[in-house]
Amino acid sequence: MTSQPFSPETRTVLDVDNLDLYYSANQALKAITLRVPKNKVTAFIGPSGCGKSTLLRCFNRMNDLVDGVTIKGSIRLDGDEINTDTCDVITLRRRVGMVFQKSNPFPMSIYENTIYGLRIAGIKNKEVLDETCERSLRGAALWDDVKDRLGESALGLSGGQMQRLCIARATAVNPEVILMDEPCSALDPIATAKVEKLIHELKEQYTVVIVTHNMQQASRVADYTAFLFMGELVEYDETKILFTNPSVAKTEDYITGRFG
Amino acid sequence: MQASTGNRLEAVASRLKKGDLWVWLGGACVSLIVILFLTLVGVVVYNGFRTFWAADVAQLSFKDGTHLLGTITRIDEEAGKHQLYIGNRDLYGLDFRWVEDGSLSETRYPKDIVVLERVEKGNFIGFLEGLDLGSGPLELEGPQLWSRFKRERDQMAQDLDEPEALLDQIKVINRRVEKLDLRILRARAAQSDRLPGLEAQKNALRESFQGYSNKLDKARAKLRLRVALLKDGGGKPMRVALVDIVRAYRPNQMGAFAKTGLYLGKIRELLLDAPRESNTEGGLFPAIVGTVLMVFLMSLFCVPLGVVTAVYLREYAGEGLLVNLVRIAVNNLAGVPSIVYGMFGLGFFVYGIGGSIDNLFFSESLPQPTFGTGGMLWASLTMALLTVPVVIVSTEEGLNSVPQGVRHGSLALGATKFQTLCRVVLPMASPGMLTGLILAIARAAGEVAPLMLVGVVKLVPSLPIDGQFPFIQLERKFMHLGFHIYDVGFQSPNVEAAKPMVYVTTLLLLLIVLGMSFLAMYLRNRMKKRFTLGAF
Repeated sequence: MTSQPFSPETRTVLDVDNLDLYYSANQALKAITLRVPKNKVTAFIGPSGCGKSTLLRCFNRMNDLVDGVTIKGSIRLDGDEINTDTCDVITLRRRVGMVFQKSNPFPMSIYENTIYGLRIAGIKNKEVLDETCERSLRGAALWDDVKDRLGESALGLSGGQMQRLCIARATAVNPEVILMDEPCSALDPIATAKVEKLIHELKEQYTVVIVTHNMQQASRVADYTAFLFMGELVEYDETKILFTNPSVAKTEDYITGRFG
Repeated sequence: MQASTGNRLEAVASRLKKGDLWVWLGGACVSLIVILFLTLVGVVVYNGFRTFWAADVAQLSFKDGTHLLGTITRIDEEAGKHQLYIGNRDLYGLDFRWVEDGSLSETRYPKDIVVLERVEKGNFIGFLEGLDLGSGPLELEGPQLWSRFKRERDQMAQDLDEPEALLDQIKVINRRVEKLDLRILRARAAQSDRLPGLEAQKNALRESFQGYSNKLDKARAKLRLRVALLKDGGGKPMRVALVDIVRAYRPNQMGAFAKTGLYLGKIRELLLDAPRESNTEGGLFPAIVGTVLMVFLMSLFCVPLGVVTAVYLREYAGEGLLVNLVRIAVNNLAGVPSIVYGMFGLGFFVYGIGGSIDNLFFSESLPQPTFGTGGMLWASLTMALLTVPVVIVSTEEGLNSVPQGVRHGSLALGATKFQTLCRVVLPMASPGMLTGLILAIARAAGEVAPLMLVGVVKLVPSLPIDGQFPFIQLERKFMHLGFHIYDVGFQSPNVEAAKPMVYVTTLLLLLIVLGMSFLAMYLRNRMKKRFTLGAF
């Protein structure tokens, strides 16, 4: 099993080494080691409870918000260690953005939602904010829908539009990595297709790590796929290879639907 | 027979199981509560609104030849009696009188009966006989007399401007003398050499005061010369100075339109004038100002305190025995009787902190207390303590209702916990906070017992808010509508005459509290619409 199914010259953004995670006494992640390549889409798949969302949340230290979590091992973002007390979590979260399963726009206008990340960073220059807003919304393929109603509440958008707004919000702060935790599971097929198209476009500028329980989505969207089972990294390879010719038996069992 | 009873029992049992009867029971309880509320409000509204309607005045002639003027207030059909409001307290001693139907010979409603509302001694009911403007009675009768009377009254209203201005000047001088006295006391204590200069200033002010005072007396004496000559129902003559007349009207001549005008005029007086005659007549303006100001100051103290406490308890404190104990303590604060809060306020705020402030900053005016006695500041603080548990609990509920999703979303964008609180969580919890505020206002506006100990009095010489810096005089005592109701209803010398005032004050207090509640509810609904996440 490789932790790096690509050539050693490939630039990696996230380097995970021997990561263990405990929820109180229960070990949720066991000795995970993998590398996430830059400007590619990497997917984590696996059955429910296998730890994929937990692993994703390690990358922006969102597990800090859960009580009783202990983390051992190393994660490096572009060479900078994350799992240390000296790491500034605020800056980390600006470099590693997150889109959640259930879209969570703030009860503000669309404009304010999009530039929220900039405002809390202290940026006040209106031109900068306006520019960023337009850029992000265009990047999320939402600009044409909302350009006339930027001042209206974000809560008036449809489900798919809200999720794209969350993506726009995440890209507004210019992160290096975008984490997506089952972003399409609450969306209808048309909205899902739009978001998947968006992910293709996003990888030109950002590195995307996506967690999905939908294997077809992984095969459509991801360049590299990691299969996790019961907290362990079972197999990590190019998507094509993983889905057509997996090396580990368990992977094949999962893909063929022997267990779910 | 047996079978049908059995069937009916079965039918009832099955309906109980289905839950129909519980729905009916619930509906019945709701109806009962609504009826109770409407009855309470209805009685108050009816009596309150009826108070100011000018009823027609009857002239009753008795079989023994005597006459009586008055409005019929109550009819006791069984005993065959009528109760009349006859006014003329200074002539007859009592405002109300019962008359036996049997002794009546005739009841008429003459058009020219006059009702005078006076500054003191209550209403006068009688007939207008003449006017004396200082040089003997004028030769006028009937409608000409009345129109001249009205003209003279309008003239009087203008002429009163001069004495009013003089009175204002005197008040200004009084205030300056007060301040000067304080400085003199300090100078005397410090044995400063500015003492003679200050004392000279005081003498100058005193002379100026004398001058104004004399002018005022002269002006008033001159105005008192103008007198209306009247006769009461029994023929007794009466002289009433025009200055003493607040309002004069002829109720039997007035149509609905004129009476409505009078009604509105009385409402205006109620809201904007000060009370007269030991609070049984006149307006409620000082009480309204006192109540509203106190509620406002109380909100200013209790909302920040409550919100910050709730935020700490919910967001920053972990779980544990200590936190639970704190929460229990806070919830129990709400169960402490309000009079206990009054005593706490008296001991801690008034005597403790107020006494210390007096010793430190106002020691020259001791033993006359400045802050060491009840006042607006201590009353507001006491009421804030009373209502803070309610605000804490409601705010915590509001914070709990904010979904985790938006919190995580904000944090994931690189916001600190504090920024997330300020920008996202607190706005979304604002409906809960407003609920707490509504409950606090309703409670504070209505609690009277603690206020009696910490700053509310029957009558104040000046409002707690005026044009002098710092504009809100925190050490002054104030009047309060709730206390007013108690005072007028149970402490006034003339209970029958006071009854309408009690209704009116109750109605006003209800309207103010309901008004503030509705305003807050409206705001809360708007916030809910803005901040609720509409899920598709």
